[in-house]
Amino acid sequence: MSNSTIAASDAPAIPRRSAKVLSRRRRKIQSALVAYSFIAPNFLGFAVFTLGPILFAFVLAFMHWDGSNAITFAGLDNFWRLFEDKVFIAAFWNTIIYTAVSVPATLACALGLAILLNQKIFGRDFFRTAMFFPYVASLVAVAVVWNMIFNPEMGPVNMILYTLGLDPKDMPGWAADRHWAMVTVILFGVWKSMGYYMVIYLAGLQGINSELYEAADLDGANSWQKFLYVTVPQLAPTTFFVTVMLTIQSFKVFDQIYMITQGGPGTSTLVLVYHIYNEAFISWDLGYSSMIALVLFFLVLAVTVVQFRRQKED
Amino acid sequence: MRIAGRKITANRVAIYATVIVITAVMLMPFAWMLSASLKLSRDVFVFPIEWIPSQPQWQNYVDIWTKIPLGLFIYNTSKLTIIVTLLQLLTSSFAAYAFAKLEFPYKNTLFLGYIATIAMPWQVYMVPQFLLMREFGLNNTHLALICLQAFTAFGVFLMRQFYMSIPTELCEAARIDGMNEYQIWARIMLPLSKPALSTLTIFTFVTTWNDFLGPMIYLTKTELKTIQIGLRMFISQYSAEYGLIMAASVVALIPVLIVFLSLQRFFVEGVASSGIKG
Repeated sequence: MSNSTIAASDAPAIPRRSAKVLSRRRRKIQSALVAYSFIAPNFLGFAVFTLGPILFAFVLAFMHWDGSNAITFAGLDNFWRLFEDKVFIAAFWNTIIYTAVSVPATLACALGLAILLNQKIFGRDFFRTAMFFPYVASLVAVAVVWNMIFNPEMGPVNMILYTLGLDPKDMPGWAADRHWAMVTVILFGVWKSMGYYMVIYLAGLQGINSELYEAADLDGANSWQKFLYVTVPQLAPTTFFVTVMLTIQSFKVFDQIYMITQGGPGTSTLVLVYHIYNEAFISWDLGYSSMIALVLFFLVLAVTVVQFRRQKED
Repeated sequence: MRIAGRKITANRVAIYATVIVITAVMLMPFAWMLSASLKLSRDVFVFPIEWIPSQPQWQNYVDIWTKIPLGLFIYNTSKLTIIVTLLQLLTSSFAAYAFAKLEFPYKNTLFLGYIATIAMPWQVYMVPQFLLMREFGLNNTHLALICLQAFTAFGVFLMRQFYMSIPTELCEAARIDGMNEYQIWARIMLPLSKPALSTLTIFTFVTTWNDFLGPMIYLTKTELKTIQIGLRMFISQYSAEYGLIMAASVVALIPVLIVFLSLQRFFVEGVASSGIKG
């Protein structure tokens, strides 16, 4: 059966049939070309400026290069150097600390705000917009205000603490103090991004079936119980999503630290991206900076894999 | 009844009080910025805070334009932002149409290329990307930043997700009517995808306008600088001119504020529905 069909289509004796196959084939090629013409403008730019550099990053991590002299193979030199580089170790832990504190803090604030602003109150849209605005505001502009407000000698925050009776000796030094610098950048991060995650939580809250609350009311649950046994479990997918997004964001924090503390005092707020930047554009040690970038990549990859597994489970 | 009513009122008062206090804290830095921008530098840190300056220094808003080329910085940033946003909208919706509605060889492989990089932080490959741009002679050009931001996996992904939700029958009907694929994209898909396009517009606009590290790496010539790094340069040059710095910061915020407020509704919907980009 199948042999005869192949034979039939191969046979030149039936010209009409083969012309049909040919034209069908031509149409297929033509429609593929049309599809590629849709993709090409974006894909070419994407391949050259994103995919290419990503592949190059993996090669560069195993090379020695200062950007002008000849590039040489380094093997695992850059990798072993990570363990001896005190600045890298500090940057690694600072990134972890920043993430470990700012993720739960932002999450809690975003959820609290969302619950507050999910109620029917007058001027709700205005309040939501106000909470969201720091997220879109230009970082340089708000970071410079942050530095002024938290200025240890003259800033209004310490002035308020002073009028509240705090001894000037115990006053936090904020960005200028190695114990407070991390707190200062974390506060900034939470303030700037919580409105964004609030909006995602609002969408999650609106997706909860109101019958669940009615059922809880019938069972005599109070607001706290409703929050604990209806809202929190129902929001679990949203919380998971927000946690993953926030974690990735925190791993790659840079701008606000560059603007507020420059990684200091000492290395107290130096993070991975800052170290990548310094090694590449200050020391021109391109291979080593790419090795640090790979560490960042694997941190993000780990979080993404967890997310992927979780999505599969659901 | 009365007790219940009173309890509810007390509850509502507490809610309003909380909301107002939090909003005030959230907006305080902006209020402080605005207030300080109208003060002499020596009055900026006077405590207790004089929220509304008794003698507003409107002169600050005149002086900043001559102290630094603020107009040029805004022009550069606007130019970059508009070109990047237009390119992003055009090329992503174009590519997304093929991924959502057309069949062709290697479709899944190509799409996987986008998906695989969507969570990849730009900081991982910014150094090799810089070296590539330098090789192309694009260092210290605006073109480098355009190439860097106009073709994102995020844009293609967002548009594709939206196009997937548009019934394929619509395209088929148009094909029977004799439209070619380009016409279907332009006359059917584009008009239907306004919400997704608005979301992408806002994300791209805000990201490009506020980008800091990209311009910092690529643009070292003053005449090419964007508002972000121009502002940063101004701060390091005139670190004690607090009033002027604040006035320049207010000016830098205004375009984003306008775009945000005018497209706010779409923004909230967009974040809620896609919520991918951070």
